Amino acid sequence: MTVATESFGEELRARLRLKWLILRTAIEERLVYRADFAFSTLVRFLPIVTQIFLWSAIFQNDSARTMKGYNFGQMVSYYLLVMMARAFSSMPGLSTGIASSIADGSVRKYLIQPVDMLDHLFWHRVAHKLVYYVIAAGPFALVFWMCRAHLPGWPAWPVTAAFVASLLMSFAIGFLIEALIGLIAFWFLEVSSLIFIYMMLSYFLSGHMIPLELLSQWIPFVDYLPFRYLAYAPAAIMLGKIPQEQLPMELFVQAVWIVVLFILNRVAFQRGVQRYSSFGG
Amino acid sequence: MAAIEVRELCREYKVFRKREGLMASVRGLFHREHTIVSAVRNVNFSIDEGEMVAFLGPNGAGKTTTLKLLSGLVVPSSGTATVLGHVPWKREDAYRRRFSLVTGQKEQLWWDLPAQESFRLHKEIYRIPAEDYTRRIDELTDLLEVRRLMAQPVRELSLGERMRMELIAALLHRPDVLFLDEPTIGLDVVSQRRVQEFLRHYQREQRITVILTSHYMKDVEALCERAIVINKGTVIHDGPLAAIIDRFSRHKIIELQFSDNGCPEGLERYGRIVETRPPRVRIQVEKQRVSECLATILSQHSVDDISVVERPLEDVIAELFSTDDASRAAT
Repeated sequence: MTVATESFGEELRARLRLKWLILRTAIEERLVYRADFAFSTLVRFLPIVTQIFLWSAIFQNDSARTMKGYNFGQMVSYYLLVMMARAFSSMPGLSTGIASSIADGSVRKYLIQPVDMLDHLFWHRVAHKLVYYVIAAGPFALVFWMCRAHLPGWPAWPVTAAFVASLLMSFAIGFLIEALIGLIAFWFLEVSSLIFIYMMLSYFLSGHMIPLELLSQWIPFVDYLPFRYLAYAPAAIMLGKIPQEQLPMELFVQAVWIVVLFILNRVAFQRGVQRYSSFGG
Repeated sequence: MAAIEVRELCREYKVFRKREGLMASVRGLFHREHTIVSAVRNVNFSIDEGEMVAFLGPNGAGKTTTLKLLSGLVVPSSGTATVLGHVPWKREDAYRRRFSLVTGQKEQLWWDLPAQESFRLHKEIYRIPAEDYTRRIDELTDLLEVRRLMAQPVRELSLGERMRMELIAALLHRPDVLFLDEPTIGLDVVSQRRVQEFLRHYQREQRITVILTSHYMKDVEALCERAIVINKGTVIHDGPLAAIIDRFSRHKIIELQFSDNGCPEGLERYGRIVETRPPRVRIQVEKQRVSECLATILSQHSVDDISVVERPLEDVIAELFSTDDASRAAT
């Protein structure tokens, strides 16, 4: 056998090499479907155009008019930034992928091989995102350039840094929430309606549809949910909606959510596998 | 030394019953009836290091459940099992690096990438040293004749080629124990034989411990000397493959060649006529009546050639599993 007692350093190196290889292999896999991928990326830019038209009708091009602190230009900026945040936090196919691998039994690959499923899927997802950014960078730049008249100036560097940190964490939160929903398939084989409900809810509660300021009078607890980090938080940070002195707290809470969701995922996976192996495997 | 040790292993499943009709469905919302089904019942066996053993049994006999138990996918209801000193359902990495499960479902390879990419990932998952990896890839791709297919996306390979790639993926880390669940299912005769020959060669060379389940008796006969026969979750035979015929076949075949170019009438009274190709006839006769029948036939007809042979394993197994009292016959 190749493995006996390995030092901590060797163990760590072996783990990092595995993560790197998963990442690399998944990038290669993504590139197989580059044409399809590029097309679906472009199609995703269409809704932003309709959103801009919609809000320009609501504001009637009146630059003095504001709505909960947003004027037309800020509203346009908000949507562009939300689009960016979603580029980090959305995980197309993650929940359904996990759920179907549980339903069709292919999940057992992760039980038989000495590999961690969540870790594997995480690096897989990182690969998807990296390929996505390469393809989407051009269209993103174009859309921002076209809307440049509405964009506010570049904020102070701590704000920008907070924005980037928040974006990266939104990726982790998006991954963890969707993975958790997929893991529910260990208990209920059919989770597609649950996933649909989640998508609807997160569209509202993340601030993807409208800024959360417009929503908080109807749903007062919206700021206490993890969904706000999927879209609203990074955009609000960048637009200066969150005072600079509150930024550390904002990021801290986001990090706490990552820890909480991570623990929930671990528990759900462990319990789920227990249940799976006592119900037939 | 025993590589696999199974003691009083039991596995029960709760199966929910659904009655027919709308009312029954509504009632089912509040109260679900279930029955307990024993997939594996008090199974005992022990397999030595380097042994290759066949698991035989009809669909639903408990073969796959036993393999799932041994690979740690399923937790038993009671009983114990150790494989290479590990309890499989603890799923320790130390154990998972030492065995492989290959099923007909073929799920280890990345569909859209060439197999070599999946192999490289396996190298990291199983922490195979670089020089071992290169040597084993060379050796396995040569043996299975798939070297030229290494750079082709898996989805473009034929079923047989894919199965061979799966085998490489399963053997790259040089497992000490290999579970093969219907490895040749759906393959054409040529691919079946190639996989078979490879497995025989590889097992002899590496002396790994193998459990094989297959509905394809040619596989079993070519590869295994020992067979464990399971029916309804219980082991009904554990011993040499050849002994299955001895023990379970209640018939033998008498092959006759008559002197005149025809076949006499009335041969049915000896047993079932399996084949008539005048002047040759094959009759299936009950074991205890063989000598009596032979005497009668020889005294009444002029016979050029006569021989008594065992029935093919395939027929015996088929008969064994088609009769409900298989377990009774064994006792």
